[in-house]
Amino acid sequence: MTDWLGPDEWRAVALSLKVSFWATCLSLPFGLWVAHLLARRDFAGKQVINGLVHLPLILPPVVTGYLLLTSFGTQGPVGRLLEPFGIVFAFRWTGAALAAAVMAFPLMVRAMRLSIEAVDPKLEQAAATLGASRAWVFVTVTLPLILPGILAGAILAFAKAMGEFGATITFVSNIPGQTQTVPSAIYAFLQVPGGESSAWRLVIVSVIIAMSALLISEWLARRANRRVAA
Amino acid sequence: MTLGVILRHRFEGFELDVAFDAPPGITVLFGRSGTGKTTIINAVAGLLKPDEGRVATEDWVLFDTSTNHWVPPHKRRLGYIFQDARLFPHLTVRQNLAYGQWFAPKSAPREDMSRIVDMLGLGDLLSRRPAALSGGEKQRVAIGRALLACPRLILADEPLSSLDEARKAEILPYFERLRDETKVPILYVSHAATEVARIATSVVALDKGRVTGQGPAAEVLSDPAVTPLGVRAAGAMITARVTAHHADGLSTLRAEGSDLLMPRVTQPEGTDVRLWIGAQDVMLAIVRPDGISALNILDVTIRDLRVGTGPGVIVQLSFGRSVLLARVTRRSAEALNLHPGQSVFAVLKAVSLPRDAVGDVMNRT
Repeated sequence: MTDWLGPDEWRAVALSLKVSFWATCLSLPFGLWVAHLLARRDFAGKQVINGLVHLPLILPPVVTGYLLLTSFGTQGPVGRLLEPFGIVFAFRWTGAALAAAVMAFPLMVRAMRLSIEAVDPKLEQAAATLGASRAWVFVTVTLPLILPGILAGAILAFAKAMGEFGATITFVSNIPGQTQTVPSAIYAFLQVPGGESSAWRLVIVSVIIAMSALLISEWLARRANRRVAA
Repeated sequence: MTLGVILRHRFEGFELDVAFDAPPGITVLFGRSGTGKTTIINAVAGLLKPDEGRVATEDWVLFDTSTNHWVPPHKRRLGYIFQDARLFPHLTVRQNLAYGQWFAPKSAPREDMSRIVDMLGLGDLLSRRPAALSGGEKQRVAIGRALLACPRLILADEPLSSLDEARKAEILPYFERLRDETKVPILYVSHAATEVARIATSVVALDKGRVTGQGPAAEVLSDPAVTPLGVRAAGAMITARVTAHHADGLSTLRAEGSDLLMPRVTQPEGTDVRLWIGAQDVMLAIVRPDGISALNILDVTIRDLRVGTGPGVIVQLSFGRSVLLARVTRRSAEALNLHPGQSVFAVLKAVSLPRDAVGDVMNRT
């Protein structure tokens, strides 16, 4: 594998995996919280939250990237706030992870929300009558029943993060070894003469990763339905 | 321990206003669907917050709106048996049974798992998941799960209504045993007269969100003024002893000094049973009928007649110390000049006595 891919190509694949991994892991708890909020609670402004979560799905990725740049960049309000703590996003791989996380968030929340909604609230009521507090109901009943949904959401988010291009390149540019993920690398290879073979190899890697993610997520979703319907 | 319930709650187009006491044993909330039975039980469970009311025992207040006292459901120490068993699909039968025990306070008196498993016949099911259980098995697990939660109060919301006759017959004896063995008050919602006659210690009859009658089961059920399911489903409950089983598929039961023949019952000779006799199935004659196919002719005295707006009359009959109900037409009542104090004959076809109307009698000491 390492021989088949050149060093630049390999670096892009490794960076993409790192970026997607952290983007998925760090947005997971937040995504679960938002999904639970949207599925189980009624509150004023629920539609606003719902809209904000889904915004990256419908906005042009370049717009999302530009908004990230103006708010999380070194001159942006949030970026300036975080800089003293050593958290810098601009033109770093962390920025690529943030862009990927934001772009993948709607998919993650959607998958989790659907699986939470599939859990019969009557089961949660039954658990309460048996002495379980709200937190225990979530841990012992809701969470085990939606686990496949959570995994499916995470895998979808991971795959989306692997393929993110527009927001990433707008926010953190295309620096080899720093912010050049697989899609950015493919784009860069296609800009130079003789880069097609490198691009093709990365295309194949992308297809394999995307296909496996989709298959695993479908399989988990089917398992989830079986369990909840039982 | 007696549970006192006072509730007022207004929905759109429906108002619940009830007050009743639930003594130890099974108190059946009896009425048609839509009379507020489930609302009452959900308020007692804390799943619904009523506009006004108080639910408390002698030493324990679950909620009292006048003092703003509200114990959340998970702290009420309930055993709630739902109509749909509501077992946790991701847990095995054993884990489902143990679920309530995880949360019961350490000081609570522990119910022994193996005793409950034996009583409900769950031994072979423990490692299965709910998806692999039949409806009757699921409901038995749900009963076990509620009992094992060390409840101070058991609630059952039509636990048998989703089951067929065979499964009902399989589960009813467990409630009869529960009634006789536990000291915890049990609130049981039902709209089936035979079920009520079999298991109730006391009955709270409900109609349109109001209590229309409450008291010991035999009294409420044989009161012609209280017909929660309408006159068609009126009937009375008597106690009888099985005295003989016959080769032709009949059994003799002795009640109030008379013999009753009915389709063979499952209880052995010598056992006392409760028997529900529908008012529809009782005919009246002013002279002893002769040459009639009906096997049971009982000497009874008319206590009361209740004439409603319909064509029928409910006749309340003294049968020894028990009470029977008969439903006849107003035309017959007039033609026979039926009146209180009159001695008449109650005619009862053996085949019209349903087998599922026979239940074990309470042997509370």
